[in-house]
Amino acid sequence: MKKKSMNSNTVLLLITIALFVVMYAAGCVVYGDKGFTHLQTFLNILINNSGLLCVACGMTCVMLTGGIDISVGSLIALDCMILAVGMEHKGMNAAVLCILVLLMGIVFGAVQGFFIGYLDIQPFIVTMAGMFFARGMTAVICSDQVSIRSNELFVKLANMKFQIPFEIGAYLNKKGKLQIPFVRIPVIIALVVLVVIFLVLRYTKFGRSLYAVGGSEQSAAMMGLDVKKTKLKAYILSSFLCSIGGICFCMNTMSASVAHATGLEMDAIASAVIGGTLLTGGVGNVVGSFFGVMITGTISTLVKTNGKLLSSWSNIAVAALLCFFIVLQSIFAMVKSRKK
Amino acid sequence: MNKLKKLTKQTLFLPIFCMLLVMLVNVIYDAACGNFAFSFFSISLRNGVLYGRLIDVLNRGSEVAILAVGMTLVVSSSAGTDISVGSVMSLSAAMCCMLLAGFGVSSANELQVPLVVGLLAGIFLGCVCGAFNGFLVAYLDIQPMVATLILFSAARAVGLLLCNNLIVYIRDKSFKVLGGYLGFIPTPIIIAAVCVAVTTILLKKTALGLYIQSVGINKKASRIAGLNSRKIILLCYIICGLCAGIAGIVNASRISSADTNNIGLNYELDAILAVALGGNSLGGGKFNLAGSIIGAYTIQAITTTLYAIGVSSDQAPVYKAVIVIIIVAVQAPPFKQYMSKRAAKRALARG
Amino acid sequence: MENKVILTMRGISMTFPGVKALDHVDFTLRQGEIHALMGENGAGKSTLIKCLTGINAFESGEIRVDGIEGPVVNHSTLDAQKKGISTVYQEVNLCPNLSVAENLFIGREPRTKIGTINRREMNTRAAAIMKELQIDIDVTENLENFSLAIQQMIAIARAVDMECKVLILDEPTSSLDDHEVEKLFILMNKLKAQGVGIIFVTHFLEQVYAVCDRITVLRNGQLVGEYPIADLPRVKLVAAMMGKDFDDLASIKGDMAVDLSHADYYIEAQGLSHKGTIKPFDFTIKKGEVVGLTGLLGSGRTELARVLYGADKAQTGTMKVNGKEVKINAPIEAMQLGMGLLPDDRKAEGIIADLSVRENIILAMQAKQGVFRQISMKEQQEIADKYIEMLSIKTASRETLIRQLSGGNQQKVILARWLATDPDFLILDEPTRGIDIGTKTEIQKLVLKLAKEGKSIIFISSEIEEMLRTCSRMVVLRDGVKVGELTDELTQNHVMQAIAGGDTDE
Repeated sequence: MKKKSMNSNTVLLLITIALFVVMYAAGCVVYGDKGFTHLQTFLNILINNSGLLCVACGMTCVMLTGGIDISVGSLIALDCMILAVGMEHKGMNAAVLCILVLLMGIVFGAVQGFFIGYLDIQPFIVTMAGMFFARGMTAVICSDQVSIRSNELFVKLANMKFQIPFEIGAYLNKKGKLQIPFVRIPVIIALVVLVVIFLVLRYTKFGRSLYAVGGSEQSAAMMGLDVKKTKLKAYILSSFLCSIGGICFCMNTMSASVAHATGLEMDAIASAVIGGTLLTGGVGNVVGSFFGVMITGTISTLVKTNGKLLSSWSNIAVAALLCFFIVLQSIFAMVKSRKK
Repeated sequence: MNKLKKLTKQTLFLPIFCMLLVMLVNVIYDAACGNFAFSFFSISLRNGVLYGRLIDVLNRGSEVAILAVGMTLVVSSSAGTDISVGSVMSLSAAMCCMLLAGFGVSSANELQVPLVVGLLAGIFLGCVCGAFNGFLVAYLDIQPMVATLILFSAARAVGLLLCNNLIVYIRDKSFKVLGGYLGFIPTPIIIAAVCVAVTTILLKKTALGLYIQSVGINKKASRIAGLNSRKIILLCYIICGLCAGIAGIVNASRISSADTNNIGLNYELDAILAVALGGNSLGGGKFNLAGSIIGAYTIQAITTTLYAIGVSSDQAPVYKAVIVIIIVAVQAPPFKQYMSKRAAKRALARG
Repeated sequence: MENKVILTMRGISMTFPGVKALDHVDFTLRQGEIHALMGENGAGKSTLIKCLTGINAFESGEIRVDGIEGPVVNHSTLDAQKKGISTVYQEVNLCPNLSVAENLFIGREPRTKIGTINRREMNTRAAAIMKELQIDIDVTENLENFSLAIQQMIAIARAVDMECKVLILDEPTSSLDDHEVEKLFILMNKLKAQGVGIIFVTHFLEQVYAVCDRITVLRNGQLVGEYPIADLPRVKLVAAMMGKDFDDLASIKGDMAVDLSHADYYIEAQGLSHKGTIKPFDFTIKKGEVVGLTGLLGSGRTELARVLYGADKAQTGTMKVNGKEVKINAPIEAMQLGMGLLPDDRKAEGIIADLSVRENIILAMQAKQGVFRQISMKEQQEIADKYIEMLSIKTASRETLIRQLSGGNQQKVILARWLATDPDFLILDEPTRGIDIGTKTEIQKLVLKLAKEGKSIIFISSEIEEMLRTCSRMVVLRDGVKVGELTDELTQNHVMQAIAGGDTDE
């Protein structure tokens, strides 16, 4: 076997991983006294961003086709609101509600996908309308903050802890009590989603079609793929995963409000782009997006740990990173086209 | 039948039709509620200023109208939309109020710097944001909406930093004038009118309008014919940023504060909707500024009507989103092809 | 030995709005032959191919494919593929971001028992195919990591593996170097031996003589003839493509011939080049001179002009305009020096489709004046009316959108755009394409008139007689190199021999 040549995409992914390591290490050095070095801090990043991870997986799939989905943040707000209002005001069963939310995600994605795939409207316009629609619907359902307290099943699930076996990373807290690191259900859901999407992208015809459509729509059509259907499916998948993410998000926050998850679309897109997904489509991987999510998660954790910085610093940092990677992509693309 | 077709082909048909539709809804609603049917149109003088729902629409619609000016140019030249305008509005307002009140002060009764300095700084910052967007789009060939997504998220965050996470109140009278009244006319109406007038003169008296459309329709051919398409696109984004800056300051003056979290919220949707309603294709190319302006006031009329019917400001985007999608879908080539195919079939069946 | 016929097209006709693109064209392909389809721009070869592969619908005529009963009508390239007709384009229609193996098998991947893609089997089978074609590459690498030549071969491999009987190669060699072309030919001969019929569309004469068995020539949408390769030497082929029939329109040059020996140089260029399109060349043109750039499509005739104009920035060399050294970075700078370019691709680089005739005419003039010195509406209308009359542009009004005009009238509008700038130097790239005979003569006369006014003109055309009538000097290009200049004895034969190059029998 010849050694594979390093292309610009691998370089981008390596930059991302290095960035994560450096950022986390820096956090450990600076905020070591605030518990940053504990394994639990790392797991907390996972817990807090489990919803984002699901969304980022969906976003990656959509971006592979060369599209984008900015409705995700609002859709999560809508999901949370349906769950919260259903449980608190209507007293419905949590499992039924979850299924309802997932179904709604599929329908929402199907409508968006139809407009994008079959009517050939720019993804940005369609999903922007979707974004305002979902956020508005959230307000239509209920414009107040709703907390989930009464639904036993949901509360139980949300509070469930899975401790890391063999006490790896365990430590004594200030009171001398042994703390065993743990994760919660959302993390497990998110990791399952990650693995499934990884396999789908690599080993199914649908997964490869996403890459083909993003690589060259015309070629994909010439080779006999149904481009429109592939796009439709991609947006259905995105909204479906977003709804799973919404359930995870709800388990973490145990509340819902109109302003829930504002700007999450930004984090999801940034995660995918930072993780090496090209905005022009065709290149990307959920593994990269995972690191992207961890980077954005680390940034917000660092800002929080500092305590003095305003929370908007994390927004600015993520936006700056997104900008940096977009410019990097654009430069790589220019160099590539010049070579030809 | 033929006359109807001719009428619908008119460039300003869509925005004027929508405007009339909204007015009709108002009339019917008022009549149904037992009010005077034409109360929407009644204008009176109260406390020495103009009063009435129509005036309210014109007044509150000023920001959208100002944004629509910039957005129209951006859409025309780059076939993409600037989704950062709402955030840039809030950033400009924050910059302006921060300078006027001093950093970290949440309420100021006296101005710390002359009013003009604050205003110019806010507007200048808007231009800088526009230049940033324009650079990414024109010189790095990044899709407009992705490029503006950066400031969509970051501008508001920077605004919060400038205001130290506070709502900055300016209680000085001279600042309030911008969002208040000049004589008996609401000042925002005048500012919007001035913006529209200046842009119209710019487009009429220079060749800028021709350049922008030419670049938007065919970049390559425009280059061969001697236009610098990158510069023109950059300029459009700067104008858009300028408009966002002005709109932001007007909005801040209206509530005499810089409420960074809420100024300009959802305005990007309104601005884009105004352009689409104005009969402009979101795919770029030819534009019609008058259409966009009428579109902007139509949006405001819709908003006002929705509020009157009892829809809250949180819920209004639902309806606007549906309108946007319908307009864009009807403009979409596959839809048009489908319709013309159907028409052809029907004609075939008939004769 | 006459092989079995596998494809026949009879009496194929098709019209584009205003133009007869194909007029009763016949084409026959036999098993195991490489058949060149030749013709200049607009001759109809790509239209014919598109009719065959289902991209265009033809109006009359029929296509028959061996092994299929009855006439064949394809509705899409997929349709055609299923019937054994595959096409490989110059622009490779594969996905650069997928691996070689995936590109070979996409849409028909080998599956495992649970329905997922069996990557291992896919890779082994891909490697086997590549080995059979003697292409030594790692099939798991992404397509974009390979040269265009390899990509093209992979596209061919995909077509062959899908059991095609007819393989269409549409300008496959345009972006390949000699060594790569050599490799491609080996592959083509191999397929020929396997009994595949290959339609080879190209504009490189050498390549035609290197691999083809038979040539079909089209001109202006009509069949000129089908010839075995031995019966059609190079010069005859060029004649067939470019039209040999001297028309009897009076030589319009004669009475207008001007003595240029004392005229000043307008442009003196040395060693200009643009990477990938045109190798370094020297070029001069005097005031009042009409110079023709000739050569086949893709020879560099368009590219040379674009470098002079700054549409493609010159990467080497120096250029003097009116005796002063200049550096042109963008078209607007060339325009300020008094240049103008009428591009050959009217739709992509000429017209601004959604603007009116008036706006299209004044655009360049306005650009030259600058944004702040707007031409008044009255003046715009006068200018527009003047040129609409002068060039007899057929349009409903000056405010009609240019896209509603016919191709010829669009061309005249673009010509008017440049005349309005009052240029000293005008580059006309295929100004008469798609225009009726009468108007052609008008444009030729106009060219001579402009020259008499002291303007310098570069005239590019795929019709030789047209250039013979207008040009006082011809620059000949071949494969991106300026190979010569002809001043005396400007005759059809001389020019054709120079274009054809190589063995100049006859």
